[in-house]
Amino acid sequence: MTRSPLTLAADPALADAMREVRAMLAACMQCGTCSASCPNAQSMDMTPRRMWRLVLLGRADTVFSSGAFWMCSNCYACTLRCPRGLPLTSAMNALKRIAGASGHPALARHGAFYRAFLDNVRRRGRVRETEMMMRYFGAAGPREALRFTPLGLRMLRRGKVRLELGAGRWDTALAPLFESAARLEGKEARP
Amino acid sequence: MNTATATRYAYYPGCSLTGTASEYDASVRLVLERLGVELAEIPGWTCCGASAAPAVSALLALALPARNLALAERDLPGCDVLAPCSACYLNLLTARQEARRDHRLHARVQEALEGEHLPWANAAPVRHLLDVLANDIGPARIAAAAQRPLAGLVLAPYYGCQTLRPYAAFDDPEHPTSMDAVLRAAGAEVLEWDKGARCCGASLSTTRRQAALPRIAEILRAAAGADAVVTVCPMCQMNLEAFQRQAGLPGPVAVLYLSQVLGLAMGLDPGQVQLGRNLAVPPGFLARLREVPPAPGEVVQATGTG
Ligand code: SF4
Ligand code: SF4
Repeated sequence: MTRSPLTLAADPALADAMREVRAMLAACMQCGTCSASCPNAQSMDMTPRRMWRLVLLGRADTVFSSGAFWMCSNCYACTLRCPRGLPLTSAMNALKRIAGASGHPALARHGAFYRAFLDNVRRRGRVRETEMMMRYFGAAGPREALRFTPLGLRMLRRGKVRLELGAGRWDTALAPLFESAARLEGKEARP
Repeated sequence: MNTATATRYAYYPGCSLTGTASEYDASVRLVLERLGVELAEIPGWTCCGASAAPAVSALLALALPARNLALAERDLPGCDVLAPCSACYLNLLTARQEARRDHRLHARVQEALEGEHLPWANAAPVRHLLDVLANDIGPARIAAAAQRPLAGLVLAPYYGCQTLRPYAAFDDPEHPTSMDAVLRAAGAEVLEWDKGARCCGASLSTTRRQAALPRIAEILRAAAGADAVVTVCPMCQMNLEAFQRQAGLPGPVAVLYLSQVLGLAMGLDPGQVQLGRNLAVPPGFLARLREVPPAPGEVVQATGTG
């Protein structure tokens, strides 16, 4: 395991957030049921069981330089089966949130799709899939766009791509909610 | 839940059903109308946050779906909320269940909704389309409406994850069976397989494509004995039908929405259930559909007494 060059453990905001995740996992008995249940464990560079152990040991740097939590597809198999009843899918999402909010580009990179998606929700009320993907490609780069071109063309042929331009009927519907959520979560409301 | 007699639902289509999955929306509306169920679309509904909100904001992950439950409660009082998309369904259900379990959390979401003076008592039950079809409407009413039973067609019921887990609201979360009776009521045979509750990779197909492909291949290979895989979620549907070649499948596998299948069994034609919008319908599948013999009831229907 290569250690991240970022001195993550020294970041106080990160340490606070990690305390919250640790509390979720405190009762873990390292039985490995979560790893055995996870359909994506083969694609992770460390198993969920090992990741929980490292979280409990306070090894934030190792956890975040792995990024195995980005491979979680929210299937809830581990949450359902954990003999200790731990909220493991929520813990995976918490790690995604912490990485995304850390301000470290290397950590936040994999969260680009989720942020592009939620940004479209904020601005449009109802997601415009095409516009959202365009913005995601803008953030993720031309290689990512190219990877999606064949699918985009097939969908275009089937009439599945709708290009909506300009203002939409639900554009302002979620502005109040995003503002109050940002206030309640102690962040600055975005312009 | 005391909803077995409900015939009117607060309909939450969700964003996908207004875009890439519009064939799901169209077929759900047609089929439920034929089954005598009224769908009242929640006025002014907005996005539930999909899988993105939980990865960005813990509060928005609950407040975005809760806003829609609050709208349903205010404008369609007494109705259960019906969602055909499993991701929307789970987000709505999570907001409802977590707020019931934790009153401080409920208060926090209420506070977030105060900005637009939207009270949220958390009164409306959340139901998946499959739950409503299997348990409220039931196989008997579906069979009675199936004028053109899909005899000889073998279908693989695919549930995905978020229909079943973590709340296990209406089916066994590991060995689900609720779709079996619905498909048999449509006259089809049900494939015996063990991949119906296996994950399709969800948004990994976008964020980490290489990791999602083995999931997709595993499911579709196991469905080799079926004429089609039947889904109840636009994300599962897209994953299973859009990446078949990349996943190394030898030829196209038909992946249909449950509502499309029911519509065909009810005598709607492929155009009405918008089969033309599916990305992977092998030519053989349409031929198989034409082989399905018309039931005696269809003659009656055709002469205008229906
Ligand atoms: S299944 Fe639960 S108790 Fe077992 S290792 Fe995983 S988190 Fe720990
Ligand atoms: S919820 Fe995530 S971590 Fe848990 S089994 Fe599913 S993919 Fe793996």
